[in-house]
Amino acid sequence: MSDPLIQYLAIPLAKIVVILGVLLFIVAYLTLAERKVLAYMQVRIGPNRVGPRGLFQPIADVFKLFAKEDLVPANAEKFVFMLAPLLIFVPSFLVWAVIPFGEAFTIGGLTIEPFMADINIAVLFVLGVSSIGVYGIILGGWSSNNKFSLMGGLRSAAQMVSYEVPLGFAVVSVLLMAGSLSLVSIVEAQRAAGVWFVVPGILGFAIYFVCGVAETNRNPFDLPEAESELVGGFHTEYSGMKFAFFFLAEYMNMLLVSSLAVVLFFGGWLRPFPNVAALSFLDVIPPFVWYLAKVMAFIFVYIWFRGTFPRYRFDQLMAVGWKWLLPLSLANVGLVALGVLLLGS
Amino acid sequence: MSEQFPSLFDVEEMELSFGPQHPATHGVLRVQLKLDGEKILDAKPIIGYLHRGTEKLFETMAFPQCIPHTDRMDYLAAATNNQGFCVAMERLLGITIPPRAAYIRMILAELQRLASHLVWLATHAIDIGAITPFFYTFRERDAILDLFEEYCGARLTLNTIKIGGVPFDLPDGWVDRCSALVEGFPAHIDEYEELLTNNRIWKKRTIGIGVVSPEDAIEWGLTGPPLRGSGVEWDIRKVFPYDRYDEVDFVVPTGVNGDTYDRYLVRMEEMRQSCRIIRQCLDRLPDGPHMARAPKVLRAREGMIYGSVEAPKGELGYFIVTTEKSTQPYRCHVRPPSFINLQVLPEMVRGHLVADLVAVIGTLDIVLGEIDR
Amino acid sequence: MTDETPKPPAEDTPAPVDETPERPSESTPEATAEEQQPADEKPAKPKLSDEEKAAKIAAAKAKAAAAKAAKEQEDAEPKPPWEEKPVPPEHADAADDPEVAALAAAVADSVLGADNYAGHVTVSIPRDKVLEVCRFLKDERKFAFLVDLTAVDWPEREEGRFDVVYWMHRFEDSKRLRLRALLPDSEPIASVTGVWKTANWMERETYDMFGILFDGHPALERILTWEGFNGHPLRKNFPVEGIDTGAAIYPDVYPPGGGPVRDEEVEPPPEKKKPEKATEATE
Repeated sequence: MSDPLIQYLAIPLAKIVVILGVLLFIVAYLTLAERKVLAYMQVRIGPNRVGPRGLFQPIADVFKLFAKEDLVPANAEKFVFMLAPLLIFVPSFLVWAVIPFGEAFTIGGLTIEPFMADINIAVLFVLGVSSIGVYGIILGGWSSNNKFSLMGGLRSAAQMVSYEVPLGFAVVSVLLMAGSLSLVSIVEAQRAAGVWFVVPGILGFAIYFVCGVAETNRNPFDLPEAESELVGGFHTEYSGMKFAFFFLAEYMNMLLVSSLAVVLFFGGWLRPFPNVAALSFLDVIPPFVWYLAKVMAFIFVYIWFRGTFPRYRFDQLMAVGWKWLLPLSLANVGLVALGVLLLGS
Repeated sequence: MSEQFPSLFDVEEMELSFGPQHPATHGVLRVQLKLDGEKILDAKPIIGYLHRGTEKLFETMAFPQCIPHTDRMDYLAAATNNQGFCVAMERLLGITIPPRAAYIRMILAELQRLASHLVWLATHAIDIGAITPFFYTFRERDAILDLFEEYCGARLTLNTIKIGGVPFDLPDGWVDRCSALVEGFPAHIDEYEELLTNNRIWKKRTIGIGVVSPEDAIEWGLTGPPLRGSGVEWDIRKVFPYDRYDEVDFVVPTGVNGDTYDRYLVRMEEMRQSCRIIRQCLDRLPDGPHMARAPKVLRAREGMIYGSVEAPKGELGYFIVTTEKSTQPYRCHVRPPSFINLQVLPEMVRGHLVADLVAVIGTLDIVLGEIDR
Repeated sequence: MTDETPKPPAEDTPAPVDETPERPSESTPEATAEEQQPADEKPAKPKLSDEEKAAKIAAAKAKAAAAKAAKEQEDAEPKPPWEEKPVPPEHADAADDPEVAALAAAVADSVLGADNYAGHVTVSIPRDKVLEVCRFLKDERKFAFLVDLTAVDWPEREEGRFDVVYWMHRFEDSKRLRLRALLPDSEPIASVTGVWKTANWMERETYDMFGILFDGHPALERILTWEGFNGHPLRKNFPVEGIDTGAAIYPDVYPPGGGPVRDEEVEPPPEKKKPEKATEATE
């Protein structure tokens, strides 16, 4: 623990490998999960050929995408065309450096904290880095030399920028309750308060989740990639690994929004009512499993939205964001501030 | 590349060709759009990609040989296509069909209306973004197509209504299976309505979109749900009844505002009324021959005749001109409802956004096979 | 005719009858004689005595008479119309139809003829009165709905090759009326898009298929065939197959306006070779 080589080199390297590996694995199987869950909602089965019950489908998809011909449209801006998927993919991975997954535990004398870093401005980091992804979308749409892609890119950019504002304010309401920008401290604050922040901040949670769905370009806010109108929007002209990057980045963002919802509002790795002794039998479930279960529940809600709702038209989407969510989120901040002042915790 | 994208404050029209290869145009339809950003300034539908010369072919074939060609026009509602031709021919030749044949034809036509409206609902919903109704509706449609297959051997291009009646009598047990389907159907319609009718997003996407006033609807010659959605209560089955539609009880649903939501409601209600008609026909199915006594070789007198039916898309009419003692039509012109309904697309869509274009094309319920013939 | 007589009509199967449907009515004695003839070709039966023969003939006659009586009785009962032979409707003159009379009164020299066939009234009008007549029918007689507009090609007719047909509907009493304007080849006719907006695409289709020009149409262009199409398909001299219709998208193969065959040169593909021509050529 005190050996600097272990503390500053080996453990972080190991953490990087484990976190990246697990993330990639989860994201890959998330594609399969979406297809299967959506299928069952739609009275069909989903992929079931590759492997038992279709479990090897993501592997087959990876091989397929690797092997696909990499097409670059004739008049496309080549450099930007190749840069755009990276611009969307890298930030979505980078953000995971500060998300906490569980409590610190000890193995063989080593205390391992299951997160890469606990910086004291974690929330700002997350919001800032994930915004870089918008560049990837705009540049991808523009550099494809295709009117449909351009329209899709512009729509998406406008949508993401608009919905970041109420999202930020919803997060602010959590910060007021927790008193810190560090994600680990926010979870600790929920433990100290004895209740998940969703209970006092339910309005904030609702706003946060709706904005999160809009940020990730998912149904009912998936106009930028609306198949029936823009044939794929900003990623129409991409094929092979570049398309895979866009795809993976979208799922990573879904995971990110769900994780943040869990950390900010649902107590991270805490069990329900963490301070109530009568429920301590639930402690047999390790914290990481609690965290994972909650994240998976949110992913299910994402897929459920996709199977149920029609999509918003673009001007209606912007109207919802600016006319409804922004004033609501501001009001929410005011309410929470009042509550914190009066209740003092 | 930079001259394609004008400076920030220059309002330039963008010309976008929507189709002919596009997931949402319901076939090979091309709409030439003039856009100002997202707003549509003008839309011009360009058709003819599926033109097969059906009307020319009609002139080379004997009357009964024309019937399989009528199947291929509105391929989603083959039975009503056949029925239209046969109604016109029977008027031309003075044939009266037996009551059993009339009731079987009505059952087939209403089942076909259900199948066609199910496809409309599936594609309309999927264009607006709700991907789940597609799978539910096709589950029901498959059951209907199975009934058709049992009756005449074909699922899509039925070719099963002939001049003088129907070629086959109903197989054993068909009536029971049809009854079972029709009993369970309204529950399925409720299922679809639960997903869509009171959904806020659905309403936002369809209310106020593509409004047609009743005067405009008449002026532009609309028929079918687009006309009824605007409030004009007019259905060929009530006004010029054919095939004993005057003996069954049903209501013709009409809308109020003439927007997409009203047309959606009109078609959902039409599905319920079709179930009602089928149930009455099955209950009252008379005995008797299924084909009228007609000569083997049909020869017509010289004249012009027009016969029309209420197809799921609107008024489908056949204008047949014959010469003395001819066995072939001299001219057979089809009045396709989708062709005439599509004319009004520019009016409906001007000022709306591109996303609404897709909703409007869906609500007009066009089939390119019928438009292009 | 007696060779073709069907069996005595005891069974009432609706046999498919051709154009000459006269039933054999007084055929019974000949029928029995016919039945006896094929019997003679069989191996010889024992010769019957005269009384037995007479008895047999009498029995057969009685049976045939009874069958004929039964058939006549059946004929006397009204049969449902689908078991009768269908009778096509007759043409009737429709000059006394209220619409026709009103039209003849309002627009001078407009009604060249009126026919009522199967309940539908067709009025023949001259081509220069089309706009007036349509306006009158829409505004005064309230035929607000144009159901269909098309044309028919009668290539041999002198008064006018084309019949431009207008089929309109009135909502108040669900009455429909058909107009028929006779139009000579390569002469234009007035467009009725100013009267009913729905005529727009209908006229475009008629132009595309027949080559009829509509004066005053906002944008008369081909609608079902493609740009550069050569000819007008529904004309009777345009064959069902065998013609090079050109394609503007392949300009190096097909020059603008279509392929090598022009509209004037359109002929149906030759069916028989004439041997005299060949001998003339060789000579």
